[in-house]
Amino acid sequence: MPGLGTSFGRGGATTFVQDLKNSDCILIEGSNFAECHPVAFRFVMQAKERGAKIIHVDPRFTRTSALADTYVPIRSGTDIVFLGAIINWVLRNERYFKEYVQHYTNASSILTEEFRDTEDLEGLFSGFNESARSGGGGSAQSHEGASQSRGEAAPGGGYDTQSWQFEEEEVPRFDGTGTASVVRRDPSLQHERCVFQVLRRHFARYDAQMVQDVCGTPRALFEEVCEALASNSGRERTAAIAYAVGWTQHTVGVQYIRTAAILQLLLGNVGRPGGGIMALRGHANIQGATDIPTLYDLLPGYLPMPAIQRDEQDLASYLKSNAKPTGWWANLPKYMVSLLKAFYGDAATKENGYCFDYLPQLTGDHSMIPTQVAMKDGEVKGYFVIGQNPAASGLNAELGRAAMERLEWMVNLDSYETDTASFWRREGADPAKIPTECFFIPAATVLEKDGTLTNTNRLLQFHEKAVEPAGASRSDLSFIYQLGLRLKECYKTSTDPKDRPILDMTWAYAHEDERERSRGEPSALAVMQEINGYRVSSGEQVSGFTELQEDGSTACGGWIYSGVCPDKQTHRARNREADDYTSPDWGFSWPANRRMLYNRASADPAGKPWSEAKKYVWWDERGQEWTGYDVPDFPLTKAPDTPAKPGATGMDAHSGSDPFIMQLDGRGAIFVSSTLKDGPLPTHYEPLNSLVPNALYKQQHNPVMCEWKRRDNPYNGVANEDYPYILTTYRLTEHSGIMTKYVPWLAELQPALFAEIDPELAVARNLKNGDWVTIRTAVGEIEARALVSGRIQPLRLAKGRWVHQIGLPYNYAPLGLAHGDSSGDLVPLVMDPNVSIHEAKTLTCNIRAGRRNKRKRSHVDEDVPAAQRSQEGAPTAHGRDFPGPQR
Amino acid sequence: MRIGALPNVTSQRTDNLRARTRGAKAVPSICCYCAVGCATLAHVDDGGKLLNVEGDPESPISGGHLCPKGAALFGLTVNTARWTTVKYRAPYAERWEERPLEWAMDRIAGLVKETRERTFVKERDGKRVNHTLGIASLGGATFGIEENYLLGKLMRSLGVVSIENQARI
Repeated sequence: MPGLGTSFGRGGATTFVQDLKNSDCILIEGSNFAECHPVAFRFVMQAKERGAKIIHVDPRFTRTSALADTYVPIRSGTDIVFLGAIINWVLRNERYFKEYVQHYTNASSILTEEFRDTEDLEGLFSGFNESARSGGGGSAQSHEGASQSRGEAAPGGGYDTQSWQFEEEEVPRFDGTGTASVVRRDPSLQHERCVFQVLRRHFARYDAQMVQDVCGTPRALFEEVCEALASNSGRERTAAIAYAVGWTQHTVGVQYIRTAAILQLLLGNVGRPGGGIMALRGHANIQGATDIPTLYDLLPGYLPMPAIQRDEQDLASYLKSNAKPTGWWANLPKYMVSLLKAFYGDAATKENGYCFDYLPQLTGDHSMIPTQVAMKDGEVKGYFVIGQNPAASGLNAELGRAAMERLEWMVNLDSYETDTASFWRREGADPAKIPTECFFIPAATVLEKDGTLTNTNRLLQFHEKAVEPAGASRSDLSFIYQLGLRLKECYKTSTDPKDRPILDMTWAYAHEDERERSRGEPSALAVMQEINGYRVSSGEQVSGFTELQEDGSTACGGWIYSGVCPDKQTHRARNREADDYTSPDWGFSWPANRRMLYNRASADPAGKPWSEAKKYVWWDERGQEWTGYDVPDFPLTKAPDTPAKPGATGMDAHSGSDPFIMQLDGRGAIFVSSTLKDGPLPTHYEPLNSLVPNALYKQQHNPVMCEWKRRDNPYNGVANEDYPYILTTYRLTEHSGIMTKYVPWLAELQPALFAEIDPELAVARNLKNGDWVTIRTAVGEIEARALVSGRIQPLRLAKGRWVHQIGLPYNYAPLGLAHGDSSGDLVPLVMDPNVSIHEAKTLTCNIRAGRRNKRKRSHVDEDVPAAQRSQEGAPTAHGRDFPGPQR
Repeated sequence: MRIGALPNVTSQRTDNLRARTRGAKAVPSICCYCAVGCATLAHVDDGGKLLNVEGDPESPISGGHLCPKGAALFGLTVNTARWTTVKYRAPYAERWEERPLEWAMDRIAGLVKETRERTFVKERDGKRVNHTLGIASLGGATFGIEENYLLGKLMRSLGVVSIENQARI
């Protein structure tokens, strides 16, 4: 999300899937679109029928490749080289969209003299602080390091971002009361320290030869992609980029998306029909679970969780550290106060800071991997697992399963027995030694409950309860509601201030239907109405987030969704009236039902469409407002020639031609000056486990990634001859977690785990199609059937070296009708520094013919030395340094 | 259906066949697998029995199409392999046993309280933290917005900070 968020302002796909049909060229990379999002792929096919060029860049030739015009092979883990080289090609050949770049991006902003690029510092940016390294340290190559204490990762160094800032100059304030500082710019893009020139230098060595040497991609194919993208961008044409987890699951995952964002800004493709970046999310509500998050560091609507590292001890200091002086985020106080009112109702008053201190504080990285490690070390006692199966899909999955043995209790909600729920009777486990008290609560399926899901392009769609839940099954909502009621009861006599949040939490969600209510069922509608927001005095719904206030007069559980239930009778996620383009009456798209974000950029600075062919939102001179095919993502009556007001706050600080309203300066960020932990510009680092040294810099890995150098999490290391092949993982059309694996039709279609192996490698390792093959990394080994296929080909890198890649589905686990070993057993724990995502898309491995050894209680099951155990209740951080706000 | 100029020959049995969904209520729903968000219609008979699930042809996204997973949605809900009872595994036990939902809910609430009391931290380094690292929650991307909201609200009010979902995977 921060890849898109830092570049454009919001952590969501910039466009909607139907609009792909208007594209003139679609680059699909990091996604097997046709197989993983097959129904949306029809819009890619519609574009192709119109004559668009479809390109698929992937380590494997898949159905997406088969339907594309051009298939481009690539070594997994090298996309920044590939995309960076396109950026370099576009700049060298002067193929960027000059007017768009000048006016709509920060290309003209001038950096301070202190900034040093990776070209100057062997792969590091200025501000790198080696001493920020704590614990483990050392190089990633050594994988026999001593165990670290608790869940703490060994971070690399850290960056001080002070030298990444823009130079400022003093100009007269808009109201004539002195001066204000604004970012210095050179609209001619010639200043040697302007972002545009810095970008040129940064990517100067990313060229076709480098692509051939590092990515293994033939030069001619690379140049074909460059030409296709450039010639299909500009006033008359637009190109789109689509990606999925093939780009995110890397130690530089966020920077992959950043590279694509920079390219699309240079080509002028953001906020325009047929353009944009289509993030193809996995699960049905993965966007929704980020917007209204069950993520440790975010509150609803991308409001950061308070953290002691930022010293956000009270509301005033929280607002001070998170509200932005300029741009839309100047409104953050309204959203935060309204959220606290939604959470704590009448108890939240101006005097008590709206109960801000009811919110817990973050003390470190409490994301999934650090929590898993902390659990292994005995720090976590109780675990709720709802609709997720970490024993199968987790990283270093055996470490995760062993960690569960240290829990006192675990509660699982699912519709089927999961590998997680029954971890205590997995292969090699001895239940008689496992003290965990386990509960399985049967969960209703999507057809058995009301609810709303947010799709991959921010569209909220309601599903109605069709049938009664089977047996004792209940919705997850029902479980959470009932648990909340019971906890309120448990604490009702408490006078301890720490229990006030539970007692004061508003919890009036009884179902509107008498029969449901009598069974203790909550109302999904009532919850969504609270998310939408209401006036505290009258209880009336607000019609959108522009009505929210900072004075406690409004309550709103998720400001970006405000407008979905604008009155008590309306639930716009239920709307089902389609048309042939934006379909504003089908569901509700956040924010404010906008289907395409930043759509002000579809018009030129003067507010006129860039071309008739690519008309979308424009300034209506007569009506003096923005109009078009979509809800304008811009202040409706702010004329295009409105000047920016220096020194003003909020939107007034932006001009009428600054389309990226969430950004401080209203512009798309080619250079990200402070939010990202691993650099303001994307830089190629090799994956943690790699066959080769970094050909570009002395710096091998992302210098600030988080590692766990422990005995139970060994790494393969760099160029280790024991692991001579590359491994990449992927999903199958027929499966999605535990849900599909018990469905007989799907089990019959894709019954078991296989590994795709190229014919040359198969001969070398004496494997035939259908044979058992064992795949091994330092973390573990699994077995699969060999699928010998020319769809995966060896690649030729620098100095004529050939490398083999192996493809492995990530869908299987021991339980289910369709079952097999879990690929998560091969993946070590390592995290990107921005979003704590792991690296499952590129690994190294070895293979041998035959089946794996029977699992036995391994070293990960040994007792953790007492010194490593946290003291009960000791306030320890789960992880390392705390990541900054992510929007 | 007629093919050609003459009426097709049909058997009595064929003439008497009716679509399973004829007369059934079509309930609007959304596929629960990937994030494309294909719209579905769930056909339900008068007795509340699920008859069929198919794509909603009106959807501007899916136009009635479904992938193999979506087309098999019926089998996700109507499936003898489903676990539809509350199950409990006592410490060191070798098997699951069935328990009433009410009992389980009370027991879980009691455990949450007991663990929270034991692991709650009010201050660290002189700063208020008001949290517990003793309880964690995982999951969110496979269920609804309303459920995510309520889970987040409850967990945060308890002081739980390790709240995560598949978005990070």
